[in-house]
Amino acid sequence: MSKYYVNKFLFTVDRDPDYLKRYTEDPRSFVVTWEQSIGPKLIGNEGEASTVHGFTTAERDALINHDYVALFEMGAHFFLNLTLFIGIYDEPYLTKSGPLSFQREFAAKLQHWRDKEYPSVET
Amino acid sequence: MAQLVATLASTHHPFYLKATTMPPEQQMPQAPEWKRKVEAYRETLSRTKPDILVMIGSDHFHQIFLDNCPQFLIGKAERYDATFYNEEREFGIPKYVLEGDEDMSRFMHQSLMNQNFDLAFSNELKIDHSIICPIITVRPENDLPVVPIYTNIFAPPLHTPRRFYDLGRAIRKAIDDFPSDKRVAAIGTGHLSLELGGPRQFMETGPDPVFDRQAIEWLKAGDIDAILENVTHETMARNGNATHGFLNFILMLGVAGAEGADYVDNLDLFHTMEAYFTWYPKEQTA
Ligand SMILES: [Fe+2]
Repeated sequence: MSKYYVNKFLFTVDRDPDYLKRYTEDPRSFVVTWEQSIGPKLIGNEGEASTVHGFTTAERDALINHDYVALFEMGAHFFLNLTLFIGIYDEPYLTKSGPLSFQREFAAKLQHWRDKEYPSVET
Repeated sequence: MAQLVATLASTHHPFYLKATTMPPEQQMPQAPEWKRKVEAYRETLSRTKPDILVMIGSDHFHQIFLDNCPQFLIGKAERYDATFYNEEREFGIPKYVLEGDEDMSRFMHQSLMNQNFDLAFSNELKIDHSIICPIITVRPENDLPVVPIYTNIFAPPLHTPRRFYDLGRAIRKAIDDFPSDKRVAAIGTGHLSLELGGPRQFMETGPDPVFDRQAIEWLKAGDIDAILENVTHETMARNGNATHGFLNFILMLGVAGAEGADYVDNLDLFHTMEAYFTWYPKEQTA
């Protein structure tokens, strides 16, 4: 398991309009590309490879499926998990169901955590 | 020596600018009241005629990430760019360039090291909305040099509430000792109870209105003892998963010095309680 690597995925995609578009439109092939050529780069140093992290099957599936509930349950950072999926879903939900409708659906899907201690985001 | 003329601590709400500048017929019903409150708060700063702003905020994984994550960091640069692409995208916040004050940054850094606070530093810091939101609300002219200080309220393990308060005290000492005739205001932002990316996000109120009211009372009274007795990382997590931004309020109370606030206001918005505090050093309020 690599919470760090899941967060690195969310972080690198959220800050890059091209990655965000590709992850929105074709998450399966984008996640493959990310694992091959984006994730292994040290942040801030395109030329240096880092070889120490990888996704578990569950982590990869959660990312491919835009499954923010599973990501929350794995302890992905709440801010990255929210911001990236707002970037993908806020506009289409807004057009269809009004302001904050995506954010409220996000919360609704996590109601079973409401009175429990949330999974730790510590990495 | 430099003179601290005001300490401001408030929540930061990245949607303020968008909410109050969109066409009036599309604005939320509270927008005019929100704008009035923010403009009244702005006046608590401008009446003190500051020359330099010491700004305390917290990067939200914009420049700082988990590969290299300082607890406390000071910017030491001539200028600071501000606002990241994803903040423009999500909040509609424009780009800014802020002037720095390298002399004061250097002095502040050395003073904090001397006082046993090992701050990381950055000579190329791009500022995010934790510092741009208060520029927009209390100094929209953006005409003053800043000394930015970042705290980690986001990536555990976080420092203790006591350590945040003590850092505030140390920042105050550095301001008081700065050999300059400048008038300095300290401005910090954080949150009361807040939930992001969890089951209690975007409700009609913040996730814990009882905590919000209590926190406002504590800050209003400057009651650091009650805060340190009652607020821990565990209680903050129960108040809402992003409530740790309250640590920056505790830090600002350290700058002001555990005294009653001179200005207190708040506004219940749809998913957070906004709160605005100003302290004036006592010799000046006379
Ligand atoms: Fe924030």
